[in-house]
Amino acid sequence: MRTKGHTSVSNDGWDLIVVGGGNAALCAAIVAAESGRKVLILESAPKVYRGGNSRHTRNFRCMHQGPLSVLTDAYEEDEYFDDLMRVTKGVTDEKLARLTIRESEKCLPWMEAHGVRFQPSLSGTLSLSRTNAFFLGGGKALVNAYYNTAEELGVAVVYDAEVRHVHLERDRFTYVDVNIRGQEHRIFGKSAVLASGGFQADLDWLTRAWGPSAANFLIRGTPYNRGIVLRDMLDQQAESVGDPTQCHAVAIDGRAPKFDGGIVTRLDCVPFSIVVNRDGERFYDEGEDVWPKRYAIWGRLVAAQPEQVGYSIIDSKSLDLFMPSVFPPVKADTLEELGEALGISGNELQKTIAEYNAACRPGTFHPTELDGLATEGLEPPKTNWARPIDTPPYYGYTLRPGVTFTYLGLKVDETARVHTISGPLANVWAAGEIMAGSILGQGYLAGFGMTIGTVFGRIAGKEAANHA
Amino acid sequence: MPEDITLNPFSEAIDEARRQVEICNACRYCEGFCSVFPAINRQRAFADGDITQLANLCHNCRGCYYACQYVPPHEFALNLPAALNDVRQQSWERLARPQAIGRLFHERGVALAAALVAGFAVLFALMAVLQPESGEGFYAYLSHGVMVVVFTPAFLFPLFAIGVSLRAYWREIGGAPVRFGHLVNAVRSAGRMRNLDGGQGQGCNFEDGDRFSNRRRVYHQMVLYGFLLAFASTSSGTIMHYGFAMEAPYGFFSLPKMLGVPGGILMCIGTAGLAYMKMSADKHLGSARVWGGEMAFIALLFFVSLSGLMLYMATGTAAVPTLLALHLGAVLAFFLLMPYSKMVHGFFRFAALVREAQQRDGMP
Ligand SMILES: Cc1cc2nc3c(=O)[nH]c(=O)nc-3n(C[C@H](O)[C@H](O)[C@H](O)COP(=O)(O)OP(=O)(O)OC[C@H]3O[C@@H](n4cnc5c(N)ncnc54)[C@H](O)[C@@H]3O)c2cc1C
Ligand code: SF4
Ligand code: SF4
Repeated sequence: MRTKGHTSVSNDGWDLIVVGGGNAALCAAIVAAESGRKVLILESAPKVYRGGNSRHTRNFRCMHQGPLSVLTDAYEEDEYFDDLMRVTKGVTDEKLARLTIRESEKCLPWMEAHGVRFQPSLSGTLSLSRTNAFFLGGGKALVNAYYNTAEELGVAVVYDAEVRHVHLERDRFTYVDVNIRGQEHRIFGKSAVLASGGFQADLDWLTRAWGPSAANFLIRGTPYNRGIVLRDMLDQQAESVGDPTQCHAVAIDGRAPKFDGGIVTRLDCVPFSIVVNRDGERFYDEGEDVWPKRYAIWGRLVAAQPEQVGYSIIDSKSLDLFMPSVFPPVKADTLEELGEALGISGNELQKTIAEYNAACRPGTFHPTELDGLATEGLEPPKTNWARPIDTPPYYGYTLRPGVTFTYLGLKVDETARVHTISGPLANVWAAGEIMAGSILGQGYLAGFGMTIGTVFGRIAGKEAANHA
Repeated sequence: MPEDITLNPFSEAIDEARRQVEICNACRYCEGFCSVFPAINRQRAFADGDITQLANLCHNCRGCYYACQYVPPHEFALNLPAALNDVRQQSWERLARPQAIGRLFHERGVALAAALVAGFAVLFALMAVLQPESGEGFYAYLSHGVMVVVFTPAFLFPLFAIGVSLRAYWREIGGAPVRFGHLVNAVRSAGRMRNLDGGQGQGCNFEDGDRFSNRRRVYHQMVLYGFLLAFASTSSGTIMHYGFAMEAPYGFFSLPKMLGVPGGILMCIGTAGLAYMKMSADKHLGSARVWGGEMAFIALLFFVSLSGLMLYMATGTAAVPTLLALHLGAVLAFFLLMPYSKMVHGFFRFAALVREAQQRDGMP
């Protein structure tokens, strides 16, 4: 590949330039290459970190009318759509949503045919065995399989290639400006698919959107999704969807790395614990619902506390009730010591727990279902799994908000085509997180991110191939 | 309960593997690749003996390295195949009796080569000094009696030493009394190299980065089955000799030859294949320290099988005495080094598979 200097790359004859190197980008590249198009992938990460957030995933949500591959039973369009409506509270585009859901069924065999392998639902996630197909080895194995398939189809891939500008002349894309290992290049192509994810790794942008507290957020995925292309397109009058101020955040282990901590930093202890803030005070009902349903609200709850930090406290009775954590909990023989070890007032912690313990009532504890074991006369209450915290040693985890993705994206139609305020672009399509706001306006449905990326990646690839 | 062996000099590797295993236990993405991950997921805390058992269960298929989102330079620095390989390797050295010899041959290909030369020398000397007055075939150069006197202890001593090691292993990992069903289970896993099939038959990641292939599995089984055939050939010879007074040399359509020749060919191809693939595989996903020793061991096996085949082809020619000395010298070195070379992996692996069958059954 010749990419040296601005002039020599001008006539490389790329039919399609794909911006990004995650799931959506790869699906588009593979489909276009299979139609005989000459495809170039520009991935801003170095090879070891290729694959964006897709390499952190574990499954995708798939409609099916009967048992399909590793999926049990059936999961039909209406149920899927209802699930989506529940989490987004209606903030979705029904036409695009139903299209995504229906297409998801065709995705699974296509994925298998292009090297992806599935495994039965992971231990501890049985509840998903009907709706979500798990990737053998996780998302990075999926990404590897797609890169191998793309390579066999002759797709060219450049790593360390950050696209800085997608050039539009009226309604037509003509070239990208890209920085490859510190050197500026201009590469021309007949069409472009934008699949460069959200902007959550740009902490300045995140702070501008959310407020100064976002500086304390941890980013669960790749540091390379900085929204450069999204910003560039919005600056060129591309139409946007999704709330620009919002991001999806969950409560994760406060000791996680700033970026790329991924799945292992999640903490499943909250329902069996009480959660206090920096001042040792409780602030929300820890037992509101089973954890998968409540997982997502705790990011916001913790983000609203002073210094965006929370502390989940359990005693030895509860230690084995949830998935093991990646870092060992802080451990102490008394609550006072535990508080000090966590860096909060031991006195306050002890007081809060004494009040909580006094509000606990006898009853039967059931870790796997809503057991109705609730506190009495406590504010806020704990409405399930409320057992006294009284059996040393005591354990504590620090919680911080961990951002999964941002909602702001490019508006597309059902052919994945990008629109500007003056109408659709002739040769630019978008897929994956960069356009997911069209369908997922709010909340999150486990496994839906990969579904959107696969469905729209394939559509974008097909449309781009037809155009060239 | 598995033993705690924190006070041993090998615990650094165990600690590193434990650190990684605990990360995997919070992740579980690799659950479908092999038996190691389900074994991890059954537990929350890992004693030293547990880590040693996991290490011997791992077949180094490398699937979990290429699939891992946390490989270096990520700060979690996952490289589970290498971490478990280090622990596994050290367990063989630590549990070898006598311990000092263990490390030497594992690490140094040169030492292994020296042992081979010593094996040659012994055989040439024996043949020079104790040349029989009469005898047919090989026995014309070295009498049956001398062969028995040399090779019986050379075979039994290593087996005894390995037995002692395995007992120590079993104690360390907290193994339970073995039932027949567990053995059957382990034979089945080993017979198909189930833990090298990637979980779905796609094979392992070895010679070509993150691409899967069954080449390594096939070559390995050629060596394994070739070795078993060669072993059966020798055993059948022994039985024919003592049980039926049928003495060597045997013709091509005799049992020892029908088993031995294909066995030798399989071993030759298998070892050559393994050595070739080892050259293109990434050293750092294994125990890099013993790369040389492992290579030398493969070469030794190759030489044993090749010299055996050549000896058969040379029947009746003047090359027989030389080839006989070379072949028997190599066999001698191979036998004596069994407890102290890569060969021991088969025994430990088998023990680990038996233990895994027990734990899957819910035995303590
Ligand atoms: C920890 C974690 C776990 C998750 N688990 C799941 C799950 O199990 N199932 C699920 O469906 N979803 C999951 N998600 C969400 C899922 O990761 C995303 O929805 C999905 O990966 C989006 O795919 P994508 O291809 O659009 O973006 P990505 O996979 O993030 O790819 C974006 C690509 O663009 C590149 N890029 C960015 N900017 C530029 C630029 N300027 N120039 C060139 N390249 C650029 C990046 O390097 C990257 O390769 C998870 C997210 C996280 C963080
Ligand atoms: S090797 Fe990596 S991806 Fe696999 S289970 Fe362990 S941490 Fe997860
Ligand atoms: S290298 Fe292969 S056998 Fe070993 S733990 Fe990883 S996946 Fe399992």
